[in-house]
Amino acid sequence: MTAALLNVRGVETYYGNIRALNGVDIEVHRGEIVSLIGANGAGKSTLMMTICGSPQARTGSIHFDGQEITRMPTHEIARLRIAQSPEGRRIFPRMTVLENLQMGAGLDNLKHFNEDVEKVFTLFPRLKERQAQRGGTLSGGEQQMLSISRALMARPKLLLLDEPSLGLAPLIVKGIFEAIKTLNKKEGLTVFLVEQNAFGALKLSDRGYVMVNGRVTMSGTGKDLLANPEVRSAYLEGGRH
Amino acid sequence: MANVASTTASAGSELTARALREAVFAGLITLGLFVLFVGLKTDQNIRNELILTQRWGLLATFIIVAMVGRFLMVAYAQPWLAQRKATKAAAAEVVKEEGFFSRNFSKIAIAALVLYPPVIVALFGVQGSLKWVDNFGIQILIYVMLAWGLNIVVGLAGLLDLGYVAFYAVGAYSYALLSSYFGLSFWVLLPVAGLLAACWGVILGFPVLRLRGDYLAIVTLAFGEIIRLVLINWTEVTKGTFGVSGIAKATLFGIKFDASKDGFAALMGLPISSAYYKIFLFYLALALCMITAFVTIRLRRMPIGRAWEALREDEIACRSLGINTVTTKLTAFATGAMFGGFAGSFFAVRQGFVSPESFVFLESAVILAIVVLGGMGSLTGIAIAAIVMIGGTEILRELTFLKMIFGPNFTPELYRMLIFGLAMVIVMVWKPRGFVGSREPTAFLHKRKAVSGSFTKEGHG
Repeated sequence: MTAALLNVRGVETYYGNIRALNGVDIEVHRGEIVSLIGANGAGKSTLMMTICGSPQARTGSIHFDGQEITRMPTHEIARLRIAQSPEGRRIFPRMTVLENLQMGAGLDNLKHFNEDVEKVFTLFPRLKERQAQRGGTLSGGEQQMLSISRALMARPKLLLLDEPSLGLAPLIVKGIFEAIKTLNKKEGLTVFLVEQNAFGALKLSDRGYVMVNGRVTMSGTGKDLLANPEVRSAYLEGGRH
Repeated sequence: MANVASTTASAGSELTARALREAVFAGLITLGLFVLFVGLKTDQNIRNELILTQRWGLLATFIIVAMVGRFLMVAYAQPWLAQRKATKAAAAEVVKEEGFFSRNFSKIAIAALVLYPPVIVALFGVQGSLKWVDNFGIQILIYVMLAWGLNIVVGLAGLLDLGYVAFYAVGAYSYALLSSYFGLSFWVLLPVAGLLAACWGVILGFPVLRLRGDYLAIVTLAFGEIIRLVLINWTEVTKGTFGVSGIAKATLFGIKFDASKDGFAALMGLPISSAYYKIFLFYLALALCMITAFVTIRLRRMPIGRAWEALREDEIACRSLGINTVTTKLTAFATGAMFGGFAGSFFAVRQGFVSPESFVFLESAVILAIVVLGGMGSLTGIAIAAIVMIGGTEILRELTFLKMIFGPNFTPELYRMLIFGLAMVIVMVWKPRGFVGSREPTAFLHKRKAVSGSFTKEGHG
């Protein structure tokens, strides 16, 4: 149990009086890619945000790297090196690409800055071309790359990705998924990703969870879930890329 | 329209005819619009009867201005603009190497400011320099300082503060009261005033931590009014609306600026004049401005400055990147307030008198207008905007020739706000991001190492 890098146990999260998460249990082990799929409003993004402490879970517990983070403020959780590429990307539009990356590197520690910048530029060469450009002038795909790169600059132990494929062309989605795979293979980066694009996500993942109405209803290896007839009928058929 | 410039003579006369026609139309419209507003005026005579005053001369002035304006617009301005547009479109975008002037702009500006008082004294004599150094120099520098201070809160951290004048008041009253009750000197009280204002910045900051945008603006507006009302009503300490007068002057290393035997003039063997004190104050204000600018520039490149700018862009992203938004906001308020406090205590020492009258909402609005006009976040732009706005007000006082047009009762200063409003609308239409709307990036790759030359150029953007 404690071996998991991220351990979510019985978490319930409320928006006012409305329960968005209804006792969620999830584990993410070191070196894994885990995806969470589900329909709109299932609570996927809420779980992601609850892990980051905003909103905080009302009951249940979240442990990261053996430390309880359930009641920690967001910025302290981030400093434990859980990096997030939030939903809607949320890059800093008036700052240049480089400045965005600098923000991701953390405020106090710029020792590895140049090295890490080179690393994300090898991963996403497009960003290298656009490094002096303002974030807001990038295309959607480039902004997503920037958002992921910014998260990577913190040298995270766990990377949380909220819908990295949202609103992007299939080709760019493919590129981004490949980049995630590369990071996982080469650097052993642990990734927890929330996706609507179930096929792509499950194909990429070691394990997956399916969420319905604030509850995890199914879990298994990516392959198993892809083969599962229920998952296929609910999320895959028709939505296949 | 594009080939208007290369037209034949007949086209030229056609244009003139059209311009004349449009001018006549404009004149007729003006006549229709203003005949009742301007041409006729109702007054009460000595027996309280309503009488009609006729002002055909004034109406004629209005119409002539409109007609001439329209004629010039159609006959000259529009073709010129069209031609410019055409040449601009035709010529390929040439990236200009920045000229010597724009590269060294700040150095030249500082040198000009340092040389300003001697030049003025040389031109207008010691007594004649008073007005130029005091009204134009010191007055503008105070607003530059205030606007640069507010720029930290509004321009960098993106927290819309409509009550900035409160910190100005705190600074001014800190100096006025502490010096008149405890006899402390300006040099001791300058940092004290800054610190007190910073404290008030934090006090304001705490309750508004969760607010943004419009809501924040309303609360800060209220805060500014609260401070002013306290100053008015706490009469035992602040003497209410009478204000605090007879505030001690600043000294230069203990040398006083007065007519005494060991005063500045006597020591230097100069004739006694208040101008020396004003010149001293000018340099003092300049030094305070330079400190403000230096601190702002340094802070922008430090983690806290970057956190402010990130906070302005996206608060949620900030938190997910490990930035403590609470301390970030509080430091922004405190730092901005501190410079407001410095400016306030300087204002008190310059004026020798403070009263709540000086700290009304209008002041906040003017300071904010300077920041917005200048281009939020840009020190140069803000300084230019301060010169235009505050210098413009002072120049309005000088325009006595307007009295010849509009009659002896015409006081141009009264139209200040009207002109400001107009100027602001024009600037916002023409340059929506203010005079200097571009933002200097603060992150570069360390050029010398591992990065090729072409790459470095990109990074400098």
